[in-house]
Amino acid sequence: MMGFIWFWLVAVMIVGYVVLDGFDLGVGVLHLFLVRTEAERKTALRSIGPVWDGNEVWLLAGGGTLYFAFPLLYASAFSGFYLPLMIVLWLLVLRGVSLELRNHIEVGVWRALLDGVFGFSSTLLTIFFGAALANVLRGVPLQADGYFFLPLWTNWQPGVHPGILDWYTVIGGVVALVALTLHGALWLVIKTSGNLEARARGIVTPLWIALVVLTVISLIATIAVRPEALYNYFNYPGTFIVPVGVVAALGALWYFNHNARPVKAFLSSCVYLFLMLAGACWSLFPTLLPATTGADRDITLSRALSGPHALAVGLVWWTVGMALAITYIVFVYGKFRGKVDGAEDAH
Amino acid sequence: MYPEISMNAELIHRLHFAFTVTFHYLFPQLTMGLALLIVVLKSIALKTGEEQWERAARFWGKIFGINFVFGVVTGIPMEFEFGTNWARFSNLSGGVIGQPLAMEGVFSFFLESAFLGLFLYGEKRLSKLQHWFSAVMVFVGSWISGFFIIVTDAWMQHPVAYERLPNGQFQVLSFWQLLLNPWGLLQYMHNMTGAVVTGSFVMSAVGAFYLLDGRNQNYGRIFLKVGLIAGLISSVLIIFPTGDLHGKYVARNQPAAIAAMEGLFKTEDGAGLVLMGQPNEETGQIDNPIVVNDMLSFLIYGTTKAEVTGLDRIPKDQWPTALPLLYYAYHIMAGLGTWFLALMAGCAFLLWRKRLYAARWALWALLISFPLPYIANTAGWMTAELGRQPWLIYGLMRTSEGFSSTVSAGNGLFTLLGFMGLYSLLGLLFTVLIYREISQGPETNASTTSH
Repeated sequence: MMGFIWFWLVAVMIVGYVVLDGFDLGVGVLHLFLVRTEAERKTALRSIGPVWDGNEVWLLAGGGTLYFAFPLLYASAFSGFYLPLMIVLWLLVLRGVSLELRNHIEVGVWRALLDGVFGFSSTLLTIFFGAALANVLRGVPLQADGYFFLPLWTNWQPGVHPGILDWYTVIGGVVALVALTLHGALWLVIKTSGNLEARARGIVTPLWIALVVLTVISLIATIAVRPEALYNYFNYPGTFIVPVGVVAALGALWYFNHNARPVKAFLSSCVYLFLMLAGACWSLFPTLLPATTGADRDITLSRALSGPHALAVGLVWWTVGMALAITYIVFVYGKFRGKVDGAEDAH
Repeated sequence: MYPEISMNAELIHRLHFAFTVTFHYLFPQLTMGLALLIVVLKSIALKTGEEQWERAARFWGKIFGINFVFGVVTGIPMEFEFGTNWARFSNLSGGVIGQPLAMEGVFSFFLESAFLGLFLYGEKRLSKLQHWFSAVMVFVGSWISGFFIIVTDAWMQHPVAYERLPNGQFQVLSFWQLLLNPWGLLQYMHNMTGAVVTGSFVMSAVGAFYLLDGRNQNYGRIFLKVGLIAGLISSVLIIFPTGDLHGKYVARNQPAAIAAMEGLFKTEDGAGLVLMGQPNEETGQIDNPIVVNDMLSFLIYGTTKAEVTGLDRIPKDQWPTALPLLYYAYHIMAGLGTWFLALMAGCAFLLWRKRLYAARWALWALLISFPLPYIANTAGWMTAELGRQPWLIYGLMRTSEGFSSTVSAGNGLFTLLGFMGLYSLLGLLFTVLIYREISQGPETNASTTSH
């Protein structure tokens, strides 16, 4: 029971991270080509300025929760994905610095450089995160002791000894890139006005079409790479509600966007991301990290779970702490709601 | 795996963590120290209603904001490195220290990031009282964050409230005993005082700079006043009681660490305090020592006659590795602490006699002393962590048993060099940005200079 609860609590942290940091990563991607003038750049950055750091906290808090609830999974996955994780860390460093500091510099060339760093690091991060999820779904070559080490790529095939990147995980990366760019565009529609809003609105439809196609491809590819992904769904047919919900969320996104209801369109995108991730988690459950080297080496829930007392204690403070956290988050988003006012100064 | 290769990997993983955490902690110590001083400035502003205090707070808020970003971006890798570089340790320890680490995220980072957003971006959307409250919450958040990290480290230094499960993993037995680990409480007081020392030295140095350079004189005096008062209080507290109590606790619980820190090779009744001299591991003595007789016994046990355990009573495989480094780090920390008290007491005296602002030599001393608390805080952490060696979890798990066995020395070195390059760039950028803010000074109108 504890295992079931903590599996889904960690999943909640991951969903929180993707839904929240997802839109500011998407704004970063759009910074490369959609946001053009200096005034627009300032507006776009101001729309995420007060919240991006808090959004990234979900990643840290999620990592900490994983460490404490599933130590073996944390240890195995983080050391096994060593190389891509280090690249992710470097990208997160570059992104945070360039985003936060470009306005402390007046020289146009340096600003342009920092804008570029912000855009490229955001883009690569979305691709890495998508590929990371695809790596978990595909499985890794676990040794008998529960550890592994993946090279960045091997022959680009998802076999027994795959790399971080193969054709399947690249699809995962592209899905994440498109989904989060769309998510960011919907955020900009809500938060900005004038030309930038119009351009953000204009890019929603092509991104939506691309996302529909990619979602279908990724579902087919996942079933091809790991047919076991369907077991839970066939054993509990009621859970087919999740993929149905994905389709419904995409439909709602389209509908609300066309009826100029940007907040609802954005929320539909949140639901889409949530259901995609929840569906992926459910397809794994109760496995946490499948082995390509034989199912007996899978890192399962029962194998990775922390001690029972630790988990029981954790449940108390986690609930209290997250209730507090959600209070601040609601408060902050409330304080900064509405469109970004171009005349307003910040720090 | 060949033994020499795995030994290299251990060293690389140690350096990897040591380098990234040392660079990281340059920023949070100022964050935590300044957060308190900004609350002081904001409180005075709220009470007096004078614009100059608001401007002073806004100026330090900008420096705080830049510094905070560097703390965040260099802090993220730390949360990951437990797993990436210390996988075997993480697997065994998650059931205990995963807890405070996760709590730091849940209880501190959400709080800190939410209110920092309000503090930096929301001055116009908030009332004066609300804005003051945001500053207080940023302070609270950053100090809670420090607490959970110290709890984590304290458990590795002095494991309490745990049991070992059949699969070898550790599990926490008592949540409150883990959080209230006496080692952690003592270390927390000492460490947070150290952060205030850094904050006050930086604030005083900027004040001294403005007076020496003949600009922003009004603000220079404000910064000196607040910086010196906070600096004097924290320089006293860092020695007594926090340093004193912490040292005594270390002596009773990690005799090997204290013997190596003090350079005490032979167990003695009435052990002397080595002020200077070089430890010689070959001969087991201090070369060219300057010693205060009986002083070490007095400092630890309150009597000049007490016996202090020397390294001769400790098996050599339990001696701290890198013994001279530990000894020097500790002596540098202690020596600088003495200088902090002398400098702050002297300057506070001049301030009280209203002679400080004209005493250029004193202002110069304050200006060039600003890097020293950074060195002292770093040396203090080196003392704590090197003193724990060769243990990763004191008495329970050796450092050689904890690093990621699947990450080779070459891969570790590659990413270590990557971090060194990236962090050099960050250091340069930080210097440029802080230089710019200090050059502009508190008089500039925020709306024309910043986002």
